[in-house]
Amino acid sequence: MSLNLQPNIPDPDGFYQELIDSQRDMTDAQAQMMNCKLVLVLANHIGDREVLRAALEVAGGRIGPA
Amino acid sequence: MLQTYSYPKFAYRQSAEQKEGRVARHPVVVIGAGPIGLTAALDFGRRGIATVVLDDNDTVSIGSRAVCYAKRPLEIWDRLGCAAPMVAKGVSWKVGKVFFENDLRYTFDLLPEADHRMPAMINLQQYYLEEYMIAACAELATVDLRWKHKVISLRQEPDHVVLTVETPDGVFTMEADWVVACDGANSDTRKMVGAEFTGRFFQDRFLIADVVMKADFPTERWFWFDPPFHRNQSTLLHKQSDDVWRIDFQLGWDADPEEEKKPEKVIPRLKAMLGETTEFELEWVSIYQFACRRIDDFRHGRVLFAGDAAHQVSPFGARGANTGVQDIDNLGWKLKLVMDGAAPEALIDTYNEERAFAADDNLLQSTRSTDFITPKSEMSRRFRNAVLELAADHAFARPLVNSGRLSTPTPYVRSSLNTPDEDIFAGGMVPGTNCADAPIAVAGESGWLLHHLGDGFTVMTFGSVPAKTVAAGAISAKVLSVGDDLVDTKGRVAERYDGRPGTTYLIRPDQHVAARWRSFDAAKIARAVARACVA
Ligand SMILES: Cc1cc2nc3c(=O)[nH]c(=O)nc-3n(C[C@H](O)[C@H](O)[C@H](O)COP(=O)(O)OP(=O)(O)OC[C@H]3O[C@@H](n4cnc5c(N)ncnc54)[C@H](O)[C@@H]3O)c2cc1C
Repeated sequence: MSLNLQPNIPDPDGFYQELIDSQRDMTDAQAQMMNCKLVLVLANHIGDREVLRAALEVAGGRIGPA
Repeated sequence: MLQTYSYPKFAYRQSAEQKEGRVARHPVVVIGAGPIGLTAALDFGRRGIATVVLDDNDTVSIGSRAVCYAKRPLEIWDRLGCAAPMVAKGVSWKVGKVFFENDLRYTFDLLPEADHRMPAMINLQQYYLEEYMIAACAELATVDLRWKHKVISLRQEPDHVVLTVETPDGVFTMEADWVVACDGANSDTRKMVGAEFTGRFFQDRFLIADVVMKADFPTERWFWFDPPFHRNQSTLLHKQSDDVWRIDFQLGWDADPEEEKKPEKVIPRLKAMLGETTEFELEWVSIYQFACRRIDDFRHGRVLFAGDAAHQVSPFGARGANTGVQDIDNLGWKLKLVMDGAAPEALIDTYNEERAFAADDNLLQSTRSTDFITPKSEMSRRFRNAVLELAADHAFARPLVNSGRLSTPTPYVRSSLNTPDEDIFAGGMVPGTNCADAPIAVAGESGWLLHHLGDGFTVMTFGSVPAKTVAAGAISAKVLSVGDDLVDTKGRVAERYDGRPGTTYLIRPDQHVAARWRSFDAAKIARAVARACVA
């Protein structure tokens, strides 16, 4: 499996609203904590290290030794 | 401070060579009588090598040092005849608990597999460990342990090493065919040969306290991230023998080591943790900064490095002494074969190949643990805390919690000494792996498999074979038949080695698998022995 970068979310506007709303009442610190948990939960769901590595790169992260 | 232990003082004796002013040549000189140098003395001595050990001190390890010893080093010490008192005196444990803020988030069990002679882990103060090994050395005529002998300089010649040694009687010179440097993290020997020792220093300090108390904490490893009694830092609690408890407080980089060591600073920290009413006494307090570093090459000419002199790790995961003991396990038989002319000197180079590979694995594990325990940025701290919060309710997050991955052996899966598999096997006994133990019986007496492996090369075969030995050059490997020579009483040997009639393993003197086949073929075995000796 490779990282899917094509539209894949049904009702994109609905999802986006849900995402933003889910953090509406949070302080920045709370929202950052939630984002971290969200990354971990989703990463575990994906599980595939190749896909996760590709996602880290697409998000602008650096892969490989410093 | 209270003392539960009185440090023995070992007598200095002037050696005959120093007294007579003659320069003696020794087959091997071990520098340092810490846990690794002592293991070297026992291993080399038992293999019949006359071994001189030099130590600049005259007692055992002082203060708070190693606590946890894992199954593999215990198996090695068992092979060397000194594990029994360690296990008897030590505290066995298998449950670890991880707390975050106010709550228990996660419990793990080392789940030791049944039917192994040695426990998964014991806790024991390092001074006891050394004391038992020193007693075992005294039983060996081949070991000459010399206290108050400080190596002050070293010169390498093409076929030997010249050492200058200082004792209470002055300075003298000795020669050695081989030198094994076990002189610890600040190794003088490393400087004398000009070796590099590089890696990472962690910008953090830890208060390590040994406390005597009669407490009803269970015999478990408790690790706190950010507890209410020590905000924003971590704390570790571990039981040792004699009602001594090891407590580590992470202090951060800005802590003043001299200030933090004072009882008036330490006692309130402990009271906050243990409760105002718990009675305790301090036994020892020190402040450490941890590093993860290793030497560029474990071999510099005729000087071989082992233990902390070769690699230094942070103690999360209890990897220091545990891995150092395995350095010696790897080196002893190679040195013996080369000294006897049964293998070429190139075999010694594989000591660096295999143990540098293991050291890199240890350094990686230990660096990862340290990064989890001491996050280097605000964002990595958030990720860390997110893992800890999720771990309470969700199984998926628990494997991400890293409060120190406890030491396990690194299989030499890529070693040039292995003969690659040509048959299909299930299970974990791939070439380069240390042999799993199993209960067996010999002539009606129950015993353990590992006691029958390790005295030279062994061919372990399932079923009957016509041969008693297999010859390969100067080496003769003894054949051990599972069925004829020993009985697989519980079926664990067959289970752990995926043994069927004909299955044959070639096992190195350090109880590691060199090769395996589905049938007994003396010519293939001889080739695999030669390969495992670089012959
Ligand atoms: C707080 C703490 C906790 C730890 N916990 C664990 C743990 O749980 N499990 C574990 O496996 N490890 C642990 N370790 C690591 C462990 O203590 C070391 O890895 C171990 O002591 C290394 O043994 P060594 O023989 O290589 O060196 P050392 O123990 O340092 O011994 C070196 C010896 O060489 C002698 N020497 C030095 N220079 C000379 C010289 N020029 N001439 C002659 N002799 C010399 C010294 O006197 C000393 O006796 C811990 C360490 C610390 C600090």
